[in-house]
Amino acid sequence: MSSTQHALGFKMARGRSEPRFRQPPWRFRLQGSETAWAVAFVIPYVAVFAAFVLYPAAYGLWMGRSPSLYGLLFSDPRYVNAAVNTLLFVAVGVNVKMFLAFLLSGYFMSRSWWVRLLLAIYLIPWALPAVVVFTSIHFMLVTQWGLLDSLWRAVTGEDGPLFLTSEWIAMAANIVSYIWKWMPFGTLIFLAARMAIPRDIYEAAEIDGATGFKRLVHVTFPLLANVYLICTLLSTVWTLGDFPTVYFVSSGAPARLTDVLATYGFREAFDFGYPNLGVAAMMSALPVLIPLVILLMRRVRATGVQL
Amino acid sequence: MSATYRSPRRRSRNSYRLRRYGVEAITIVLGILIAIWSVAPIYNMWVIALDSHDDVFSGAVWPEHPSLESFVVVVTQGFWYLANFWHQFANSFYVGLTTMFLTLLIGSLTSFTVGRLRLRHGWLLTNAALMTYVIPASFLAIPFYRIMQIYGLTNNLWSVIAALVTFATPYAIFIFSQYGKSIPMELDESARIDGANPWQIYFRIYLPLMAPALVAVGTYALLLAWNEYLYNFLMLSTPQSMTVAVALAQFLNSDESPWNFMMATAIIYALPPMILYYGFRRYMAAGLTMGGVKG
Repeated sequence: MSSTQHALGFKMARGRSEPRFRQPPWRFRLQGSETAWAVAFVIPYVAVFAAFVLYPAAYGLWMGRSPSLYGLLFSDPRYVNAAVNTLLFVAVGVNVKMFLAFLLSGYFMSRSWWVRLLLAIYLIPWALPAVVVFTSIHFMLVTQWGLLDSLWRAVTGEDGPLFLTSEWIAMAANIVSYIWKWMPFGTLIFLAARMAIPRDIYEAAEIDGATGFKRLVHVTFPLLANVYLICTLLSTVWTLGDFPTVYFVSSGAPARLTDVLATYGFREAFDFGYPNLGVAAMMSALPVLIPLVILLMRRVRATGVQL
Repeated sequence: MSATYRSPRRRSRNSYRLRRYGVEAITIVLGILIAIWSVAPIYNMWVIALDSHDDVFSGAVWPEHPSLESFVVVVTQGFWYLANFWHQFANSFYVGLTTMFLTLLIGSLTSFTVGRLRLRHGWLLTNAALMTYVIPASFLAIPFYRIMQIYGLTNNLWSVIAALVTFATPYAIFIFSQYGKSIPMELDESARIDGANPWQIYFRIYLPLMAPALVAVGTYALLLAWNEYLYNFLMLSTPQSMTVAVALAQFLNSDESPWNFMMATAIIYALPPMILYYGFRRYMAAGLTMGGVKG
């Protein structure tokens, strides 16, 4: 686990010395030529932000400006279905992922050589391209000759079920795939946060009789609560726009019943040629997205957590 | 006397040992489950890739006649979907490396100006970056596509590079600002007294001291660019301009079901990120805890 410890070296050293940003006593004002330099230095980012964030965002708002688009959307049962699926996908996927990641980070605290080896294997899904792993999972499920059905046949001697013909199994497959891909990353974050907890806190807790489960609930969890909350919020926001999982694992099967907002909007825009409707579908998530973003940004600022 | 005194102690030691073995056993079982869980889809890729073309989906858990034929086909571009494979591979590298370079350059310049030169209203930039960071990239995809048409960049690798730099730079700015705080301002001050201009301070003092953060963010940007799919797919549509990610997903439109070639391509495509990941794991983990919660 040297990598994470190495990482913590930075964090702890900094965290102790300056909890908040402080103004240096010898604060200077930028002088003429230096201001010119400073402006020149930020021009690239300002240009990127204006050309590739502001302009597309404004263009998107303009594309989705007509109220009739939303009337059209809400009258489409597939849209309503996609919206419900998105909520399900985010609510179950993110929470299960975070909770399991939290528990597993405790498992990976062990220093034995094989747990370290296991950690290296466990993190592979995170490093691999989404197209690759999700297509592979798709092949495990589609048809009756995928790996899962083959195993089923090897064990029971009968043909296995067709997974992607059932809406619920297909949706579950999407969620499980999402967890499979992103849980390692959550675990890594928790692992780093756990390693930042000083040993003496645990020792003090042990003297007070808090061990095992009690220690997890009353010591570890409160100390990680902030990281947990921020990670959950951030994952929620990102997962609302998650595209590749559903696009590759179930690809909407059966009959587009497992579409989420991102894949629905994408198909409306590029397969059926209604880009404005696609944009409107994405924009309909804004009432959920904006409060979350505000909450997240406030939380980040209030706690000074390094995002 | 001594026996009656000792026996409860020994019993407790025995039960302690028993419990420890129990915990050990559970740990090992859990470890095996985690390993199977992590590896299953990757194993599946190998099974399909090692199948010969007729055996794909024969329903075997391990192919009866494993062969490396499909890898040979991919490497020699021997299938019509793969006619431009190495060209596309080079495209992926081009996109990845350019994205990495631009992200490092723009990110470090911005955080240097905001954090070290203390440009007035610099916090506006940090907030803009934070906003970009938390908004899902797919929400901007459709208007982004339109705008690239307006800019005349469709089917151009630069449109993908633009998108990736846009979404990687905010993370870079965070990491650099966080890490930059650990570099004493006195260094800048003394350089300034010696007559260095801001560019010299940036290039001679700031960048060399930021090396660990640069490595972490560079790895991150390269992985992001290599693994990204949506924007690649939207912007690139001809075989000459495609990256491997797009070419790979093209197989799914095929009626011939050349899945073994597809999975062999996927494995080759996944090799660079794996190498990068194992080579730079230490730095990437450092990057994560330095600042990041970004996947």
